[in-house]
Amino acid sequence: MRNVSDYILELKGITKIFPGVKALDNVHFQLKQGEIHALMGENGAGKSTFIKVITGVHRPEAGEIFLNGEKVEFKTPKDAQNHSIAAIYQHGTTYQFLSVTENIFIGHEKMTKFNTIDWKQMHKDAAELLKRLGSDIDPHTNMGNLTVAEQQIVEIAKAISTNAKIIIMDEPTAALSKRECEELYRITEQLRDEGCSIIFISHRFEDMYRLASRVTVFRDSQYIGTWDVDGISNDVLISKMVGREISQIYPKQQVKRGKEIFKVEGLSKTGYYKDVSFSVHEGEILAMTGLVGAGRTEVCQGIMGIERPDSGKVILNGAALQIHHPSDAMKAGIGYLPEDRQKQGLILDWGLGQNVTLSTLEKFTHGSIINRREERQRSKVLLEKVKTKALSVYDKASSLSGGNQQKVIVAKVLSSDIKVVILDEPTKGVDVGAKAQIYEIMSELAAQGYGVIMISSEMPEVIGMADTILVMKEGRVSRIFEGDEVKGITQEKILEAAMDM
Amino acid sequence: MNKVKKMFSANIRELSLVIVMIAIAVFVQYRSGGNFLTVENISDMLAETAVLAICAVGMMFVIVTGGIDLSIGAIMALGAMAGCTVLKNNQSMPIIAVIGIAMAVGFVCGIFNGVLVSKLKILPIIATLGTMNIYRGITYLVANGSWIKQQEMGAKFLSLATGKVLGINNLIIIAVIVYIIAGFFMTKTRTGRKIYAVGNSEESARVSGIKTDNTLIMVYTLLGVIAGLAGTLYVCKYGVAQGETCTGYEMNVIAACVLGGVSINGGTGRVPGVLLGAILLGILNNAMPLIHVSSFWQEAIRGLIILLSIIANSLIQRNVEMKALRRRNI
Repeated sequence: MRNVSDYILELKGITKIFPGVKALDNVHFQLKQGEIHALMGENGAGKSTFIKVITGVHRPEAGEIFLNGEKVEFKTPKDAQNHSIAAIYQHGTTYQFLSVTENIFIGHEKMTKFNTIDWKQMHKDAAELLKRLGSDIDPHTNMGNLTVAEQQIVEIAKAISTNAKIIIMDEPTAALSKRECEELYRITEQLRDEGCSIIFISHRFEDMYRLASRVTVFRDSQYIGTWDVDGISNDVLISKMVGREISQIYPKQQVKRGKEIFKVEGLSKTGYYKDVSFSVHEGEILAMTGLVGAGRTEVCQGIMGIERPDSGKVILNGAALQIHHPSDAMKAGIGYLPEDRQKQGLILDWGLGQNVTLSTLEKFTHGSIINRREERQRSKVLLEKVKTKALSVYDKASSLSGGNQQKVIVAKVLSSDIKVVILDEPTKGVDVGAKAQIYEIMSELAAQGYGVIMISSEMPEVIGMADTILVMKEGRVSRIFEGDEVKGITQEKILEAAMDM
Repeated sequence: MNKVKKMFSANIRELSLVIVMIAIAVFVQYRSGGNFLTVENISDMLAETAVLAICAVGMMFVIVTGGIDLSIGAIMALGAMAGCTVLKNNQSMPIIAVIGIAMAVGFVCGIFNGVLVSKLKILPIIATLGTMNIYRGITYLVANGSWIKQQEMGAKFLSLATGKVLGINNLIIIAVIVYIIAGFFMTKTRTGRKIYAVGNSEESARVSGIKTDNTLIMVYTLLGVIAGLAGTLYVCKYGVAQGETCTGYEMNVIAACVLGGVSINGGTGRVPGVLLGAILLGILNNAMPLIHVSSFWQEAIRGLIILLSIIANSLIQRNVEMKALRRRNI
């Protein structure tokens, strides 16, 4: 018989469903008292959702949470906090314009006996907390003036100030330098020695070897297994992380590669990407992959003139382009399907027809007056092209599912005269049926001679669809797999190129 | 039937305004002993409202992009003051030239606002708060402490506000022309579509290849030009141009827009709605003295009615959105 109090935190059969997607599917997890437990998995494996279940941000559809063997239920983040759970999120949830002290004590301010805020005590306590973590950050400074690493230390101080016994760190090392990482390792170990139990999420194997005693792997929203770090190897872990069969059928048509139409040379933007060069041919699908934050989206936004690069050349059909604004790129013949389709791709309040024609209004205007009938007919044709026949041009974009929204944006991109199309995570948050249709459309585009650039984090779709695979790592091109290399490609090889070993 | 229903729901904001108007009109007609709904009073009221209504169109363009322009009153004053100062020394100059000068001044003021907002990325409310004071200050400088009175403007110029064509006051006719053009502009032209796109999602619009900066500069410039026109009409109607002209007027203009269903968040708003919003304000201004509401109370009642209409409007809007959500069937 196992003693229940072996585990300070235990989750059983957690399932979380978002509209159209199962973000967590019957997931288990056990955290021992006083251990550092690494949680690993690919992008979209469900790690972040899992954390939000533990911290009470999301309520799971099924499953149970046990604290010290006792069943608990978190209705709000406050509930989790009251049970001594704290999380340090990947993207800081700090208040940039408030002082370090305020950030630490927000939500549990110290009060004087007159029920006013006790600033003196708070500043003193903040300074003490930070000192305990071996940091000399002045509690009076604004959060915004600190480096990412320092902000993390403040967040850790905040976690301690709530008397957290379980601390979750979501990719804390992603944005840190080597030296800052060492500092973080030291603090994390100190926390463990003081009796905290820590869940440490990271893409870096180094973090895991350095800190964790056990590691759990998630894949495709499912629990794969838990192992002792001692005696496990990179190869085994990688195969656990990617180990699925490529079950989906990718409707890739065999297209003869045409002449080179598009080329990027030495594209750089300080702090985002450096020396990115690649080329695309007619009928070719180039997949850009890599970990989140590797700079893929930024490169494509640079090409489109959304966030202009500092240097480098974009060449279409042999001619260098001067792109100052997305309209320049579109006029030249480059179409872009943004990753954030709600924010950058659609006007949610508008009908589909108007959305589709937004970037090509000049095609239906005569002397600046819009010919609505022509516009309607054109948008109908385009919408049918992307297999959204059932929808009316008057339906509001906000009323569609993610998959259909994506198809509408594809229709919009096709409305311009393009030669190269960039698709940024086209199947993200899209259900399986719509995914297959998007692949079909993509394949069709390549067959028609478009050059297709697809940014994707999903290995199976990269392998299933791409003619060329470009892997980015930390803002640089890490590897390009071409021709025969792609035929024999494995997920392991791609991941190896994408990860910091 | 379905079509009627569709039309009804699309115009529900406007319809609710019309209902409020009718309710007020009936009430005032009854209380004033039949003095409200006379041809003469209505014509007076509309002439009185015309200037506000014209301004509201300009403000609507700006608010639809998600901005706001507090300097409209100051631009009206500066434009009118510039036009009238030239007029004072050249009584024989044509009216159109006076308006032209005012509109040109408004053009420059508007471009400046637009550049501050789009290129320098200053929040519209801050940028125009600053320029409001600048333009007002320049107006004082131009006025140099003195008033331009009726006799200095000359009868010919003043006849612009009092004259009639086919029995209809010139101001009303000008307002009608402005509204027809604006309605056409916002619904039928590419530029109008772009204004709505920028207001709904500047980011989407930019990624779609719309030069959002240019669109922003354009709407502020349009507002400036319209304010120049409206300012001239204003001083013409009241027969005096001075440093204080139209102080605080921006709030009436914004109120008319908001009453007319233009969302301060940007993206929505229709020209007919703005017209109704302006007229509703006009009715309130006209009706309350008629039924002898004390002038102390007038302001408070106006504020109350504005608030009530907006609450009603947002309730209706929420209802419409709920219905749309229910249709998704999730």
